[in-house]
Amino acid sequence: MSVQTAARAVWRFNPPVGVLGAAAVCGPKEGNGPLAADMDQVFDDLYLGQRTYEQAEQQMQQQACRIALRKAGCDVQQAELLLSGDLINQITPSCFTARALQIPYAGLFTACATIGEAATLGCIAVAGGAARRVLIAAGSHTCTAERQYRYPNEYGCQKPPHSQSTATACGAALLGDIPAAVGICAATIGVVRDHGVCDPFNMGAAMAPAFADTLQRHLAATGSSAADYDLIASGDLGRVGISIARELAAAQGIRLDDTRFGDCGVSLYGDDPSVFAGGSGCGCAAAVGWGYIYRRLQRGEWRRVLLIATGALTSPVAGQQKESIPAVAHAICLCAKGGEC
Amino acid sequence: MGKKTKKPQAPAWYQDIVDRNMPRRPLLRNCLWAFIGGGALCALAEAASQILQQQGLDKESAQSVVLISVIALTALFTGLGLYDKAGQFFGAGLAVPISGFANSVAAAMLEHKSEGFVLGSGCNSFKLAGAVVVFGIASAFVVAVVMLICGG
Repeated sequence: MSVQTAARAVWRFNPPVGVLGAAAVCGPKEGNGPLAADMDQVFDDLYLGQRTYEQAEQQMQQQACRIALRKAGCDVQQAELLLSGDLINQITPSCFTARALQIPYAGLFTACATIGEAATLGCIAVAGGAARRVLIAAGSHTCTAERQYRYPNEYGCQKPPHSQSTATACGAALLGDIPAAVGICAATIGVVRDHGVCDPFNMGAAMAPAFADTLQRHLAATGSSAADYDLIASGDLGRVGISIARELAAAQGIRLDDTRFGDCGVSLYGDDPSVFAGGSGCGCAAAVGWGYIYRRLQRGEWRRVLLIATGALTSPVAGQQKESIPAVAHAICLCAKGGEC
Repeated sequence: MGKKTKKPQAPAWYQDIVDRNMPRRPLLRNCLWAFIGGGALCALAEAASQILQQQGLDKESAQSVVLISVIALTALFTGLGLYDKAGQFFGAGLAVPISGFANSVAAAMLEHKSEGFVLGSGCNSFKLAGAVVVFGIASAFVVAVVMLICGG
């Protein structure tokens, strides 16, 4: 196994790093959505039987990790490294999951792009020979994120139609140095972009430039074009963000047509008007990536998918201090056998 | 004196793209539902007040009873998880009357229940409503001073 640097912060893994097992779990609203059948477990209760939403989020991440390990046929002892993150202050749900699993742990945060960061770092570790089994995870819970980033859950303010709703979901995968039905053959770590968007409800507009930038860098460095992928999926740009991203990409000469371009945040909920422009959160790209996308690659329906997880790197304090919203996007190229780039 | 930093702004070319792709806020519909929701709430409260006065309560007591009832009902519906849904629909119609204030306190207290009764719910109860209280009292003070000077 080897890792080659294709360009600045773009890597190729040859042969692809194997996805030995993947899991996607979600909450009740996502469980009623169009991707319910691609979830490994749907929780009917937002509390997951716990005392607080924070504990529920941790429980959800733990469950996703355990399912991913089980599907890979590995036990906890065999996982050499856990790379995970979430949205909550001091990423406590991930830290507490690491406490429960007792796998050597490195916590990550790039907001909703965390799964892309975890997968990329995991692949570098595996392909570089530093670890044979790396567990990656990212999750989010609508109630914990809502209270931290916006208002109390039961506060009756009116949200604008371009706002997004944090997904209650988690995705996890075990990466390994042996070939598997689905692999990761290339990855790109994004540059933080900021086009001066300040509206905390308009994450799509804040993140679209980062998405377009990472897409362009990844395609250029790997010598591929948008048409080489069965799907290019953005993490959680939402309806507003995808139409902006399409314009930005077009300006760079990249055509994103509807049949091959989708957004995890939009797909997770379909036309549900209660999430406004679509879903968001670390768990959104993670669960759609390791549920819906992974399963289609595994079944051979698709050969190559570019998943670009997008994250808005803001906090309520930064927002109130009138800082604009920086964003980052990390790309991973998922491939089935024969789909390597 | 430190220089006041200007709020960052998107460059014009990007703002153009953003504006072009923004969904239109349904302003007319929002105003209409706010009018209907807020109007209905206030009409009901007024009706209740009139009935209480007919039952023999004086005007001030009747109004107090109605206010307390609206606050209690708001707290109840907040706890039942219904108020935020109604708030999304009726907008300012439910935010402007005292129910909006009551909801902001009840929602904050519920939210922080897990951190304890005193340090959680207690300390955070005026997290949202605090600004209304502070600036309400401050502006009342200013008005009172002006009245004292001008009105003699």
